[in-house]
Amino acid sequence: MFAYIVRRLILMLVTLFGISVIIFVLLRIVPGNIVDILFDAAGFVDQADKANLEKELGLDQPIFVQYLKWIGGLLHGDLGYSYVSEKPALQEILPRIPITARLAALALLFSAAIGIPLGVISAVKQGTRLDYALRVVSLSGLSLPSFWLGLLILMASVAMFGTMPIFNPNPRTWTEAFAIYCVPAMAVGFRSAALVMRITRSSMLEILRQDYIRTARAKGASESSVNYHHALKNAVLPVITIIGIEAAFLIGGLIVTETVFNIPGVARFLVEAIRWRDYPIVQNLVMLIALVVVVTNFTVDMLYAAIDPRIRYTD
Amino acid sequence: MAVINYDSELRRAGAHSTHGWRKLTYLVQRHMLGAIGLVIMVLFVMAALLADFIGRYDPLSVDSLQRLAPPSALHWLGTDSFGRDVWSRIIHGARISLAVGVGSTLLGSSIGVMVGLASGYLSGWVDLVFQRITDILQALPLLVLALVMTAALGPSLPNVIIAIAIPLIPTVARVIRANTLALRELPFVEAAKSVGMSETRIALRHVLPNTLAPLIVLATAQLGSTILTEASLSFLGLGIPEPYPSWGRMLSESAAEYVRTAPWLVIFPGVAISLAVFGTNLFGDALRDILDPRQRG
Repeated sequence: MFAYIVRRLILMLVTLFGISVIIFVLLRIVPGNIVDILFDAAGFVDQADKANLEKELGLDQPIFVQYLKWIGGLLHGDLGYSYVSEKPALQEILPRIPITARLAALALLFSAAIGIPLGVISAVKQGTRLDYALRVVSLSGLSLPSFWLGLLILMASVAMFGTMPIFNPNPRTWTEAFAIYCVPAMAVGFRSAALVMRITRSSMLEILRQDYIRTARAKGASESSVNYHHALKNAVLPVITIIGIEAAFLIGGLIVTETVFNIPGVARFLVEAIRWRDYPIVQNLVMLIALVVVVTNFTVDMLYAAIDPRIRYTD
Repeated sequence: MAVINYDSELRRAGAHSTHGWRKLTYLVQRHMLGAIGLVIMVLFVMAALLADFIGRYDPLSVDSLQRLAPPSALHWLGTDSFGRDVWSRIIHGARISLAVGVGSTLLGSSIGVMVGLASGYLSGWVDLVFQRITDILQALPLLVLALVMTAALGPSLPNVIIAIAIPLIPTVARVIRANTLALRELPFVEAAKSVGMSETRIALRHVLPNTLAPLIVLATAQLGSTILTEASLSFLGLGIPEPYPSWGRMLSESAAEYVRTAPWLVIFPGVAISLAVFGTNLFGDALRDILDPRQRG
């Protein structure tokens, strides 16, 4: 077991290293960098000035050296400087993280709170009209673009309240906090809720077919006892895995939702940085996202092994 | 004593429907939702193919007199801030979105199949290297990787297709590799080897056809994701560039500004995206139930 953990940790590090190389190279494939953009806007291009600026930003050195400088800085907690704002990247990124984290946590909570009960109901009442309806609803949840859902919510709030929820880092009342955080979280979480519902349903159906469920019924256990005490506890396992994986993919939904609701979080910052070709920010944000995904997967795997005693990671 | 009507029970289970129209009717009846999904998909494909005939105006033609007109007999779904007809733009947008969706799915799936097949069949260091690369590619969410790739490659139609196809490769490769590993142990492969068939021939002629079923299911499932990803990229302004009409970009152009004044700009493109993805999801689900019930989810 310990060997497995160590192996997984090493794998994590290799993956992160691989991502850093890929993202670094990707961003520099296309000729032209921030210096070109700055000078294009200015009009007259004096090569000496350009060369000076490149030297200042460290862009004249070979890619290999630039990469090593970045990685070396990362390990010391120095994330480099943003090209656009010229402030340390860490200072730009850090305050935005709690906002996105709050949204992500709320979205996960929402998806689990809605998805798991609905999935159970759908499985228990398999074949009925309710099951059919729930399946169609969950499928449509997977089909809706989350940014469109966000736009529709904005439309509805304009129609009903006359205003849109505007982000305020220090909400004064509970309703304001609800509007700022919960509404976007629900827009993002809707899709995850649909996925969780489907997985819970299929997982429950698998379990309910098992012999031990039949035995419990034959022994006279009540329906609710069978469903919750016996079935759900076992069906929850793949759901936890899916929630863990969805936690990583929430970031995609957060990117568009933060853009729609104008929330200054990490995800929207990524888009802005890409538009501005602000490489240091983009690199660091992508590494951050990769770190979150990889750590989440690792945690989920460990949780899996801890919960299910049948899993032995020896090979 | 109750009399069991065997005939109707058998017919309901599909006993007499072995081929032809009977089989088709039986399949449709059994998988009604999937049939509906297929119909929706076919409608969109037809709209894309017949765009020039169904779209009443040129999607790019600007009519300043009719800016932001609500839906009417003249402009079925209204016009946008430039005076372009929304209905025409949606119909022509179907062409683009379907082209990108299908193109990237095909590209990603074919490369993924090759990688998965090689990885599963050859094992050894080839497998190790491919495994690490797929791990790395899968560590980033689809949208993030596609975003960075379009930013890296520059916004153009082929680049968007490539950018969306590449994150698909690891998913497809994983499934095909698992399948290949299982198939490799089966007796018929051993038999082929003992007759002297070359490894490549075995892989292509015997193993590959047996991985087709899960591949088709996977590809259809991915089609919905690719359409959504293209819409998201265009919404963020980093996807399909002007002048091609794209549903996602139609939504970004109409965002917060016109939410109150021109709701038709927000509603209709979104309905188009949702309906297209819904159709592919319905069809993909039914296809999975028919071809590969083990993947039920």
